[in-house]
Amino acid sequence: MSTTLYDKIWNDHLVDQQEDGTTLLFVDRHLVHEVTSPQAFEGLRNTNRKVRRPNLTLAVADHNVPTTDRTKGIADEESKIQVDTLEANCKEFGIQLFGMDDKRQGIVHIIGPEQGFTQPGTVIVCGDSHTATHGAFGSLAFGIGTSEVEHVLATQTLVQKKAKNFRINVNGQLPLGVTSKDVILQIIGKIGTAGGTGSVIEYSGDLIRSLSVEQRMTICNMTIEGGARAGLIAPDEKIFDYLKGKPMSPKGDNWEKALEYWNTLKTDTDASFDQEINLNANEILPMITWGTSPQDVITIDGKVPNPQSENDEDKKNSIERALKYMGLKPNMAAKDIKIDKVFIGSCTNGRIEDLREAAKILKDKKISSHVNAMVVPGSGLVKEQAEQEGLDKIFLASGFEWREPGCSMCLAMNADKLKPEERCASTSNRNFEGRQGRGGRTHLVSPGMAAAAAISGSLDDVRKYQN
Amino acid sequence: MKKFNSLKGIPAYLPIVNIDTDMIIPKQFLKTIKRTGLGKNLFFEMRYDNEGKEISDFVLNQSPYNDSKILITGKNFGCGSSREHAPWALLDFGITCVISSSYADIFFSNCFKNGILPIILEEEKIKELSEYANRKEEISVDLNEEKIVYGNNEIKFQVDPFKKKCLLEGLDDIALSLKKSDKIENFESNLKNKKPWIFND
Repeated sequence: MSTTLYDKIWNDHLVDQQEDGTTLLFVDRHLVHEVTSPQAFEGLRNTNRKVRRPNLTLAVADHNVPTTDRTKGIADEESKIQVDTLEANCKEFGIQLFGMDDKRQGIVHIIGPEQGFTQPGTVIVCGDSHTATHGAFGSLAFGIGTSEVEHVLATQTLVQKKAKNFRINVNGQLPLGVTSKDVILQIIGKIGTAGGTGSVIEYSGDLIRSLSVEQRMTICNMTIEGGARAGLIAPDEKIFDYLKGKPMSPKGDNWEKALEYWNTLKTDTDASFDQEINLNANEILPMITWGTSPQDVITIDGKVPNPQSENDEDKKNSIERALKYMGLKPNMAAKDIKIDKVFIGSCTNGRIEDLREAAKILKDKKISSHVNAMVVPGSGLVKEQAEQEGLDKIFLASGFEWREPGCSMCLAMNADKLKPEERCASTSNRNFEGRQGRGGRTHLVSPGMAAAAAISGSLDDVRKYQN
Repeated sequence: MKKFNSLKGIPAYLPIVNIDTDMIIPKQFLKTIKRTGLGKNLFFEMRYDNEGKEISDFVLNQSPYNDSKILITGKNFGCGSSREHAPWALLDFGITCVISSSYADIFFSNCFKNGILPIILEEEKIKELSEYANRKEEISVDLNEEKIVYGNNEIKFQVDPFKKKCLLEGLDDIALSLKKSDKIENFESNLKNKKPWIFND
């Protein structure tokens, strides 16, 4: 029978299946961070259980870490306790941890691929919804809750039911200045934040194949914002080249064997999907979000919606609520939205290519005098690479701050946050109420668009600054 | 895990769609290393003003809804982050049953791990039940029978049979999975032959 890539990975990980479809699925790779793991380790201790496969588990502190001088430690007492607890738990249970002073430290979804821990055809989980990122490698990667983290630690498996197959085909070529961030924002706008609920989305089409590994990660990363459990892309030569020689990638004979298997990871041509949509890349424009849900997207040439022209009562109420929170007027032009802050970073757009894209726009330019802007590289290795390329100098010369790696203002658990009513152009993934700080107003954009906004002082069209 | 069997009470109605887990419990409360104590911070930004005072027109600040065990809410409840702090906060507040027309996948699954029953009903039925919330009338939820009784009416709902069993009996699913250790071992030894690169040893 013809099967999809998701079917193949699923079928390859069945440990046990009950008649009602409840399945025990084997987990090949488990990523752990400080926020969603302490209660799981506590649970293991309370029941005298061990970690079944410590060497299939990798831990890092990312959410709470300061992005300023690390030598001073963590000022916030609770954050410090959480990071220290992770360290103690990893030591007790024999799990490898990249500590705060390790240059490999960074956002969990950036370090996995960087180390070659993320591999095609694997089941990867983490107590974090953006685990979907790893699907760019053709792995089945999804976020889980803390009880499930405990379950994986104890059993190296997870109780699951199979999701539906959903395919999104993107064909054509992206216009200049349009990136994979705009593609995924466009997709979420189209399907809505619950559009993928109960499904695993496979992205395909010639545009997807033409994207770099890092651009693919941006798309898979925000799949969760479309409600889907996971997003994946069939692995190809680009993925194999990326992984070759990474510290945790297969070596020698194992590399050859792995490669042979990885080459089988594709959807059969006649496989069927429960749902399928098509997008034309040529028609995608630079996008922004105007509201408080990632589905609230418009193009940079567009206008903020008017609740009066909406017939559906729920939609009307939610537009009104979002406009009020965001401090925007109906029909306002996107380019008239003045910003206070710019954040470049996160597991969505904190990789080297993202920083290059922003730096290209910022070179020999200054950011607007009323804008406060920062770059938070996704990992220590991204930071190091950027500094070798002199990107830090470009950012600093333009007026950006250059910080230490971590999740930072994507969710504002550390000291980096918006004040009430402050408005931010952000390369992160969620514009929820209060996400970047209570009362803070977030507009999601690509790294190039964030750089353009920093220069103009208002949301602006990156194409204006393309050379 | 605490068992869930049946429940009777006045539901609270929060008619907002796409309530995300950041709204249910904001990030500053994720710094805890415990599962308990989050109830006072449930829906923090909607519930308290900048000075930390209760906002009187928020439903869970009003009697009798401040004691509600059942929350009726708009579609796509619990979207966003995977934080299990969201169901922990609901539970700590006293809510053990949520009724909505849809949920985000991770939140939905997290509820069952914590003795919370998330019920899915059609929008039309949600509107009907919300009238009971507005009139401060009790409704009852019976998991075993998979029904909600309100006034002289009843609505049937459906729950996955395995999840239902776990809730009714308060089962620890790690213990259940560990009973299958031999199957896990078998899987692992096959895996070592088939995909030797998976194990880092």
